[in-house]
Amino acid sequence: MTLSLLAVQVAEQAPGAELGPATQLAWLTIALPLLGFVLNGLISMVRPQARRLVSLVGPGVLLAAFAVAAAIFLEARAHSPETPIILTLWPWLHAGDLRIDLALQIDQLSILMLLVVTGVGSLIHIYSVGYMGEDPGYARYFAYLNLFVAFMLVLVLGANFPVLFIGWEGVGLCSYLLIGFWFTDKANADAGKKAFLANRVGDFGFLIAMFLLWQTVGALDFGTVFHRAPEALTTTAATWITIFLLLGCAGKSAQIPLYVWLPDAMAGPTPVSALIHAATMVTAGVYLVARTGVLFALAPATGLLTAGIGALTALFAATIGLRQYDIKKVLAYSTISQLGYMFLAVGVGAYATGLFHLVTHAFFKALLFLGSGSVIYALHHAYHTTHSHEDAQDMRNMGGLKQWLPVTCGLMWIATLAIAGVPPFSGFFSKDEILAATFARGAEQPVYYLFYAMGALAAFLTAVYMARLMAMTFHGENRTGAAEQEHLHEAPAVMTAPLIVLALLSLFGGAINLPHFVGGNAALERWLEPVTHPATAMHPLSMPTGLTEEVLIGGAVLIAALGLWVGFRTALGQPILPAREAPPETGFARVLYRKYYVDEIYDALFVKPLVWLSDKVLWRVVDQALVDGLLVNGGVVGSRWLGALGSRIQSGQLGLYVLLFLVGAIWVLDTILR
Amino acid sequence: MLLGPALGLSAILFTIGVAGVLLRRNAIVLFMCVELMLNAVNLAFVALAQVYGVGAYLIAFFVMTVAAAEAAVGLAIILAVFRHHQSIDLQNINLLHG
Repeated sequence: MTLSLLAVQVAEQAPGAELGPATQLAWLTIALPLLGFVLNGLISMVRPQARRLVSLVGPGVLLAAFAVAAAIFLEARAHSPETPIILTLWPWLHAGDLRIDLALQIDQLSILMLLVVTGVGSLIHIYSVGYMGEDPGYARYFAYLNLFVAFMLVLVLGANFPVLFIGWEGVGLCSYLLIGFWFTDKANADAGKKAFLANRVGDFGFLIAMFLLWQTVGALDFGTVFHRAPEALTTTAATWITIFLLLGCAGKSAQIPLYVWLPDAMAGPTPVSALIHAATMVTAGVYLVARTGVLFALAPATGLLTAGIGALTALFAATIGLRQYDIKKVLAYSTISQLGYMFLAVGVGAYATGLFHLVTHAFFKALLFLGSGSVIYALHHAYHTTHSHEDAQDMRNMGGLKQWLPVTCGLMWIATLAIAGVPPFSGFFSKDEILAATFARGAEQPVYYLFYAMGALAAFLTAVYMARLMAMTFHGENRTGAAEQEHLHEAPAVMTAPLIVLALLSLFGGAINLPHFVGGNAALERWLEPVTHPATAMHPLSMPTGLTEEVLIGGAVLIAALGLWVGFRTALGQPILPAREAPPETGFARVLYRKYYVDEIYDALFVKPLVWLSDKVLWRVVDQALVDGLLVNGGVVGSRWLGALGSRIQSGQLGLYVLLFLVGAIWVLDTILR
Repeated sequence: MLLGPALGLSAILFTIGVAGVLLRRNAIVLFMCVELMLNAVNLAFVALAQVYGVGAYLIAFFVMTVAAAEAAVGLAIILAVFRHHQSIDLQNINLLHG
């Protein structure tokens, strides 16, 4: 095998720290899913019906990668290296001063991401075995899924910006492939395209940031850049670099103004939504901001911008979530809103807190998506059996499902309580910390109090729309239809088992970073200390203590409880009609249902002018008139005209020839002799 | 030693030859004008031999040889043209018209 020939050189190593065998094999975590991609890809071309083999390979490679990741974590915990371990696989781009190696960086942050991606990824792969079991593109699906995980791991393990960018682009590609997985339906293919294009806008920002970094700092690997940045970068330069980085992050993490692709991305299979659009890819932006925390600490203006965008996105998306009827759309806007929280946290400078929310969100949002997948699966089966064409994702067609899906209902309630921020569920700790950190920053700049208020309001709305989702789906009267009701049943064990694991994680996930007031020691924050310290030291944050802290916590719990109560009561307070009978929305509810018309506005602002420009200017004027008319046809007319002129000279009159010859000869002689 | 007048005469003869070629239509006259040009150049060579040495005489002999050969070929062509067209007026011979 060529893989075993890879010589792993250790460029930098913490003095005294032993490099464990698992850490040396870190490349396996990427190679295994990649191998899965190759195998599944081959199977999909040669024997697509070999489902059993695919079911073995697809989740198998992920579980193996998770095992390696866990071993790396245990080794790192035993040695707790202060400096990152760089594993150089091979030299990649060496030109002049530019030295880019294909190198992996093992530090506390990448290990955390490694565990989340492979861990949650494994569960979603197992779930997919049940959910996608009857799909004709089963092998192709797992090939894409494996490739996605491989790229995501390149992203989190890369030791320099270009390697990170490989993963960054790779997950974008896989997300395109997976969103448009059922590409025979044009809407799905369009959704994939939209995601890809919105991400490209962000990628452009990432590239510019890299160019600027190379120009100002003269290096692209994380260690050198962060070491040199404080001296090499002026505040202006750091601000520009971080603004462009932020543009990249906003694209990948679906923040204003580039969030529009994520709701449409729900066109993909539900486990894909759980994996890509909740747990892994969309967190890449948060990861990047945390990774480049030093640069953001050098540019306070961008930190403010990041926090502002995060707070605004959290609130904005939460309001849209209030009036969506597609169960996955609610969760999509919820995801955007929660990503806004993470941006708020990293913008404030509380990197560990942002990452904490990233982890807990990965747990409960994956659970919510997979739970909604079970619901859709049940409804789809019921409608399929009765040959009905109703929408299996519309919550107006659900209601009272707890009678048929008791396990899913119970598990989703756990996730709902977690996302709403009810103690002691995981989301409570992470969300509360974000709000507390924002509040603490308010002492320096009062505008952060506004961000805090927006975040608190968004937390209230989160509780409302989640309670509404649960009420419309599982409680009240059933609206699926009398004939369909007898075909509703709970999902198979291969789907509920991952849900149970995720529910346990959602329930106890807060334990990884228990705050001091409940007797914890902020384990995650201390674990991430070596990575986040250079940034937090530059711009320290003093968290609220004592009475302030208690009031903030009490307020957060009150908000969550009130939100749940309001959401539940309003959703069940009035009769809900099935989708086909429901009247159209009116007033502000319509504005929310149509998502503030943002898609229409973008269409009018960007798409329409672009189409107009392409049609009227680029096609009609530039292509048809200039290229075809002037250059191509003009060349023909011109040479014909020249030919006519030439043939006019060729009169057959010898005298004229001689005259021309003479004039030519005199001209030549004149030129030579002069 | 008469270099100036000799070159002046050569130039006058050459110009007459050129004017004849350009203005006359009769092929024979045209042919004679070409000969006139050749001889004008020959005169110039001979005159310049006083300055540049015997090499110029040598070229004059070459020119004479070429002129003789040209006369033979040229007269034969004119004869053939006359047989074909019953005329040696070049105005009528414009087969090369593009």
